[in-house]
Amino acid sequence: MVRKKKIKAPATPKRLLKGAVKGSEYKREAFIAYAILILGYGFLQLGAGLGIIGHNLQGQFVPICVYVSLAISLNLVVGISGELSLGHAGFMAVGAFSGVVMARILETYISVSSVQLLLSMIFGALVAALAGLLIGIPILGLRGDYLAIVTLAFGEIVRNIMNVLYFGIDETGLRFAFNHTIPLADNSQRIITGAIGATGIRQKASFTAGIFLALFTLFIVLNIKNSKHGRAIMAIRDNRIAGESIGLDVKKFKLTAFVVSAGLAGMAGALFAQNYSTLAPIKFSFNTSVLILVFVVLGGIGNIWGGIIAAALLTILPEALRQFADYRMLTYAIVLILVMIATYNPTIKSTLQMRIHKVTSRIKKRRKETGKEVA
Amino acid sequence: MNMINSLISGLSLGSVYSIIALGYTMVYGISKMLNFAHGDIIMVGSYISFCLTTYVGMPGWAALIGAVAVCTVLGIVIERLAYRPLRGTGSLSVLITAIGVSYFLQNMALLVWGANPRVFKSLFKGLEPIRLAEGQIIITAESFFTIIVCVVIMVGLTLFVHKSKAGKAMRAVSEDNGAAQLMGINVNQSISLTFAIGSGLAAVAGVLMCSAYPVLMPTTGAMPGIKAFTAAVLGGIGSIPGAMVGGLILGTIEIFSRAYISTELSDAIVFACLVIVLLVKPTGLFGKKISEKV
Amino acid sequence: MRKKWMKVALASASCVMAMALAGCGGGTTSDGNSLKVGVIGPLTGPAAIYGEAVKNGAQLAADEINASEPKFNVEIMAQDDEHDAEKSVNAYNKLRDEGMQVLVGTTTTAPGTAVGAEAYKDRVFALTPSASGPAVIEGNDNVFQLCFSDPNQGVAVADYMAKNYPDAKVGVIYNNADNYSSGIYDKFKSTWEGKGKQIYATEAFSDDANADFTAQLNSMKNAGVDMVFLPIYYTPASNIMTQANKMDYKPTYFGVDGMDGILALEGFDTDLAEGVLLLTPFTAYSEDETSQKFVKAYEKAYGDTPIQFAADAYDCVYAVYNAFDKSGASVEDDAATICEAMIKTFTGDFTYSGLTGQNMKWNKAGEVDKTPKVCVIQDGKYIEK
Repeated sequence: MVRKKKIKAPATPKRLLKGAVKGSEYKREAFIAYAILILGYGFLQLGAGLGIIGHNLQGQFVPICVYVSLAISLNLVVGISGELSLGHAGFMAVGAFSGVVMARILETYISVSSVQLLLSMIFGALVAALAGLLIGIPILGLRGDYLAIVTLAFGEIVRNIMNVLYFGIDETGLRFAFNHTIPLADNSQRIITGAIGATGIRQKASFTAGIFLALFTLFIVLNIKNSKHGRAIMAIRDNRIAGESIGLDVKKFKLTAFVVSAGLAGMAGALFAQNYSTLAPIKFSFNTSVLILVFVVLGGIGNIWGGIIAAALLTILPEALRQFADYRMLTYAIVLILVMIATYNPTIKSTLQMRIHKVTSRIKKRRKETGKEVA
Repeated sequence: MNMINSLISGLSLGSVYSIIALGYTMVYGISKMLNFAHGDIIMVGSYISFCLTTYVGMPGWAALIGAVAVCTVLGIVIERLAYRPLRGTGSLSVLITAIGVSYFLQNMALLVWGANPRVFKSLFKGLEPIRLAEGQIIITAESFFTIIVCVVIMVGLTLFVHKSKAGKAMRAVSEDNGAAQLMGINVNQSISLTFAIGSGLAAVAGVLMCSAYPVLMPTTGAMPGIKAFTAAVLGGIGSIPGAMVGGLILGTIEIFSRAYISTELSDAIVFACLVIVLLVKPTGLFGKKISEKV
Repeated sequence: MRKKWMKVALASASCVMAMALAGCGGGTTSDGNSLKVGVIGPLTGPAAIYGEAVKNGAQLAADEINASEPKFNVEIMAQDDEHDAEKSVNAYNKLRDEGMQVLVGTTTTAPGTAVGAEAYKDRVFALTPSASGPAVIEGNDNVFQLCFSDPNQGVAVADYMAKNYPDAKVGVIYNNADNYSSGIYDKFKSTWEGKGKQIYATEAFSDDANADFTAQLNSMKNAGVDMVFLPIYYTPASNIMTQANKMDYKPTYFGVDGMDGILALEGFDTDLAEGVLLLTPFTAYSEDETSQKFVKAYEKAYGDTPIQFAADAYDCVYAVYNAFDKSGASVEDDAATICEAMIKTFTGDFTYSGLTGQNMKWNKAGEVDKTPKVCVIQDGKYIEK
């Protein structure tokens, strides 16, 4: 479905496993991606420290990191594994709510908030990965758009169930109820109250935690991409039958990608949840899943650092458009359509490519000439 | 008796889903794209019809024709401006563009018609409901006509696709775009026609839906759009009878799970049914089995 | 590889361009002698109607104040939050960048809870017109509500019903995906059952305003329910009434403050709302002079009949204005200084009478103390009971 251009010649087993990603290309991609994250972090921290960056942008540091991680982890499914997923927000929700519950439990045992945050994020990731496994086993046999609709359905089911979930904590321990309020003692605390969601969350997230999350996600995804495992996944993506014929266990490889992606989304969700004092299930609707998909597609499907940039820019864009007042979201829609057409339309693309090629070749030529002169 | 009443509302809701799903499925069949802006065309159609009856004073049927006309043109224009430049670049890029178009339509509606919801005047206002079994079974005029219209559209569309020249051309394009072109079929025209028909049907669905459930807001089309998309997949996306049956099944399940299981979880149940059906029949009820070539 | 580069370069170039364009716009003008009041609410998305009303109501109050040659002017700065906690915090931070001194917001509860916590940390005084969830003010000494809290509404309705309709067979239809609705329902249920009474049927729906309600209504009808409590907004309520009428089911409806506005709904057959009871602090149809004046001015300025959210916001701006005047703070002070002065005033002997209540007082927790009013709709008008 995607990246058809990669299939150049009849796929022989050797060619398939030798790698869709060449070693040097991988190194370059990894370098650029890490550089973007670290430099971005450095610049933004510096800007915030010097007081150049206002509260509005500072307040978005953590969400940007979260969306960047989500874009990277979704890229594992959409770009690398080649399956369309419309339910990424569902995994995010699972991770977010389980992370919130875990954080509240940990508050009684551990006093260091960063340790609480870390452990709750790990817990969120595990629960989300488990959800990914449960949904992944039956559905990964489906193809293309049928798989997409099942992931969409999964996201909606999660949101619906979250609407009727109740969690509370009192001296007897954790209390849990389905579809009705828990009668709690006076000295107890509610953690999750159905549609109202989680309230009274202690805000533990920070930009540094966010950038660590993004780096960790990037590390995992790039490693998978460049492992034997990852090459097998991409081989299956490019030609499923050829992959099967050389003995690749299609389901196993796809499931790995799916579960890892779900776990990483859960981890991002847990961090996102602890950036605000409240979290409602409605946040994790179909629209959020689509938004993450937009990052991935706009950044270039399978292109990890492209997704990072797209996620960061598209998170800031609606805020930057606040000047447009009533026309803000309309402008956002128009920008989205135009950017899509400009980046994907073959005619526009080739024209621009030619222009850029001319410029770059001229620069190269000049460099060569000046190089000669020096020599 | 309750069972029958629920069945009737289920079929009526299902008919609306069916008509919307037809648009999804036809567009998917011919251009392999998921047109997520389809739900918002429903909303535009309903608003146009509302404005024509309320501000211009047209009778309901004339307003319906007006809405169909506007949406048909809108469908063609959207395809021409937003989707055609991306044809052949993979379904994901068009999917995202469609989402952009959806945001655009919703926010345009917000600017044009404002955030205040409107209450839609039923197309069948004043018609008495049909009462059976001493008034225990009530079939409202809206339900009755929605189901009838759905059947008529279904039959008409099947005839059109199988008997008429343009319909055959559409089928040829959805079967094999390249070969159709070689046979002298104007592919662009066929695709435009598909969008036109799909959008026109969306306007009909919008008016029928708002007649039964009268609230009209810029986000009115979003949820029915997703549900209808689900229905189209349930029936096997690309298949016209599939969309019809998928819609009816989905509507009925939705109403029954609300009536007999849980109102809180009805959406979850609907989506769970979809997952189960797809696990048993991976290409939907009427979907074609795709044989892959190496 | 070059192709990938291209895509990203193009995408980012376009985005940057859009942002640069965005950066060129406005900038707030300030005359140096005005109190900068921030307003946050959903101006886009499905909840846009409430945010619009709050923005307009607040602006109307500010315009009136500024026209009366006051000691200091009131400048309203409104930002959109799309009814989303994350966007609401962004909007709040944007307002802080623009120099907001006092916040009138947010409009809805979930965003209000998130922004409340931020305002508490940053010491910005906040008075919310309509974010009625208890979590909005919980633990925040500088966040106050002008509206009744959701639990209080639930209790008030249960008390009123038990007193005036002791024999009613009560059923509830609520929005289980909505904070406000499930908040009222939870408290109503516990209070009502605490009185030894029974709820004959409880049904829910999720958010979708134009859904099919026949299943829910059938369940009410079969349980013999003759009074349906609707702790929901008027948009789905109008849909419920229309569908019930088609099914020959005609119970008495009981609404809460979200029901106000049903008569102003364009295209709605107001006959269907005959006899609806509702607990609301404000109606656009009441006879008293201040309300009439406000409704006329609002209709003139915005061409719409004001809903209760507009009245709440109007009151908020006046309350903030009066309290600020009383607190002795100066418009040159920073937000934190103003915040402390305002807390002192609000929790002191300050009272405010406006459209949505007489002699409103606030306690330290941030809750408002005012008497609830129950109205009934008769001949297309609200009559106070």
